[in-house]
Amino acid sequence: MAEEDRELIESHEHPLDGYLREGRIPHIFCPGCSLGSITNVIIEAINEAGFDPKKVSVVSGIGCTGRISGYLNYDSFHTTHGRSIPFAIGLSITDPERKVIVISGDGDLFAIGGNHFIHAARRNADITVICVNNFNYGMTGGQVGPTSYMGQVQTTAPYGFNEESFNLPHLAITCGAVYVARWTALDVRRIKDSFVEAFKKKGFSFVEVLGSCPTTFGRRNQLAEGKKILQHFADHTVLKHDADPKETKIEKNGPFIVGKFVDIEDKPTLTDNLLAIQRISQASDKKS
Amino acid sequence: MMSDGNLDLPEILTGEHFTTGNHATAEGALAVGCKFFGGYPITPSSEIAEHMALRLPRVNGHFVQFEDELASIIGILGARWGGYKSMTATSGPGYSLMVENIGLGMMTETPCVIINVQRGGPSTGLPTLVGQQDIMQTKWGAHGDFEPIVLCPSSVQECFDLAIQAFNYAEQYRLPVTVLMDEILGHMSEKLIIPDKSKIKRVNAKKPNVPPEEYLPYKPDKDLVPPMAIAGDGYNIMVTGLTHDERGYPVLDVETQEKLVRRINDKIRKNKDKIIILEEYMLDDAEIAILSFGSVARAAKGAVNRAREKGIKAGLLRLITIWPFPDERIEALANQVKTILVPEINYGQITREVERAAQGKTNVKGLFKMGTMHNPQEILSEIEKCV
Ligand SMILES: Cc1ncc(C[n+]2csc(CCOP(=O)(O)OP(=O)(O)O)c2C)c(N)n1
Ligand code: SF4
Ligand SMILES: [Mg+2]
Repeated sequence: MAEEDRELIESHEHPLDGYLREGRIPHIFCPGCSLGSITNVIIEAINEAGFDPKKVSVVSGIGCTGRISGYLNYDSFHTTHGRSIPFAIGLSITDPERKVIVISGDGDLFAIGGNHFIHAARRNADITVICVNNFNYGMTGGQVGPTSYMGQVQTTAPYGFNEESFNLPHLAITCGAVYVARWTALDVRRIKDSFVEAFKKKGFSFVEVLGSCPTTFGRRNQLAEGKKILQHFADHTVLKHDADPKETKIEKNGPFIVGKFVDIEDKPTLTDNLLAIQRISQASDKKS
Repeated sequence: MMSDGNLDLPEILTGEHFTTGNHATAEGALAVGCKFFGGYPITPSSEIAEHMALRLPRVNGHFVQFEDELASIIGILGARWGGYKSMTATSGPGYSLMVENIGLGMMTETPCVIINVQRGGPSTGLPTLVGQQDIMQTKWGAHGDFEPIVLCPSSVQECFDLAIQAFNYAEQYRLPVTVLMDEILGHMSEKLIIPDKSKIKRVNAKKPNVPPEEYLPYKPDKDLVPPMAIAGDGYNIMVTGLTHDERGYPVLDVETQEKLVRRINDKIRKNKDKIIILEEYMLDDAEIAILSFGSVARAAKGAVNRAREKGIKAGLLRLITIWPFPDERIEALANQVKTILVPEINYGQITREVERAAQGKTNVKGLFKMGTMHNPQEILSEIEKCV
């Protein structure tokens, strides 16, 4: 090994120093899990969006994905299972300048927390929601969830899952999200650009990232390594901006339709509407 | 004066009013500086939400009617970390949905206020009739060990006063505080006097006075309460419901659990004498004591007066703070009186606590009703049986 290479490896510095919490690394993610690289991309995107770090808060529910917030060196909130979105709403309305980013798993956001997601989109809450969809409950050892696909084998579907799964972009668009995109964990550059757009968007933005979970998903579905899952994505991904959301449903062998599906300008946000109510109530106050 | 649709309202309505317990509670919250209400309608508490929807925007606050009580409670926790004093109001079924996140509030030491206007349970029970059946739920509802603070008004004036007190305890000790009202109190009207703004005590959670590099968000001061930096203060706080060390980082081991959970219990236990508020009425020479709380205490006081007219030495101990429980005061009372009579609208939730605190030193007798309040005569008859 060349001397300078060794130095690099032994160096205790990392380009993301300062953005990750001191003393929290090594993280808990398994080898081959995409959550590590997604964490990197989130940090890069927050930087690129150019926010005042004081004005950034990250909120998570419970799950492997939900652990991301705790590694980030911003104000970070690790709440209860399913409840990250309404927590984020409470936090966001206290300061219209605050950027609140929710990062959580498919089970957290769409099973136990599904009701909050649809209402936050309807209200156009001023938050970004990032869902890492790994098709299962990683943290609890690999049960099925609302994004598991037909035929998928998990601990609670030993004979194969045979329910319909949620088509997340379709759900988000129907409920009123102003920015909706989906990528696979392989599309690092596109994910980053998309995060930046989503973060800068006023209102409810949603990005789904199809993630690799070799440990509790891959192992049971002939994709036992992280790279096999990513290869599977690569083999079956179709890039289609503005796709008809009815077509973005996920099945075992794809196609995994990715792209930016919705990007709407200037829809009043929940915070805008609350401030408008203040003005209306105070104007009528003065009149009388 | 405070009815729906009257839009001409200033920030603090100093003066004399004739209003309901629900509206008085809302006004108390506004007076102490509540800036966010998140809630979901439920009888008999809805008038609190309605009144906050009317009033909050005019004092630059926000009202959100959430999709359910799960969102309501976690939404107010989020708002407090954003810097707004916040509250929600509900009744039994909604409180049941909230308990997991009340636990999160206990663990993350988040100040906020929950109003529970009690109705009859279990389940949907008696939506429009009174209950005192949520006493134990406020103590043991959420999993894990913590010491809640729960206050219990008996008059419209006290609804206002205790809403203020609840926020002040929440801020001082950093925890969710519950006010246990009941249907009768929520809906009845009586005189309310709102003092001048300068007379209203407003406590705010301590802020750190060290730079970010030195700040440990869960390192307590001597009073066992850590100073609270919020989002945007520049401290990059980490807040988690997992067992955490003083940095706020998850540390899942026995020592950290022992240290943290002991402290969040001790910060209340060790300050119990400052938190417990009681009303004592004619107890000095009493031979029979009535221990009562909430709406029922009004009838109990009437019964004591009538008993005294008849020459019976009766007195009243009224719990204004329900939790922490006044064990020592009850033990002393048990040494003094022949009987402690406990009228309550449930099957003995407080009676059992009184028995525990009395340690067999007196006769403790419960007087239970369902869906309605005792009248003074019923309580008097029981007193007479005890003589
Ligand atoms: C109220 C509640 N129910 C159940 C759990 C257990 N639990 C923790 S994480 C989780 C599922 C996580 O799945 P997902 O959100 O997809 O995240 P992942 O681990 O896959 O990233 C469950 C069921 C919990 N913590 N709280
Ligand atoms: S269980 Fe799956 S999602 Fe969780 S860390 Fe391991 S690979 Fe990642
Ligand atoms: Mg998952």
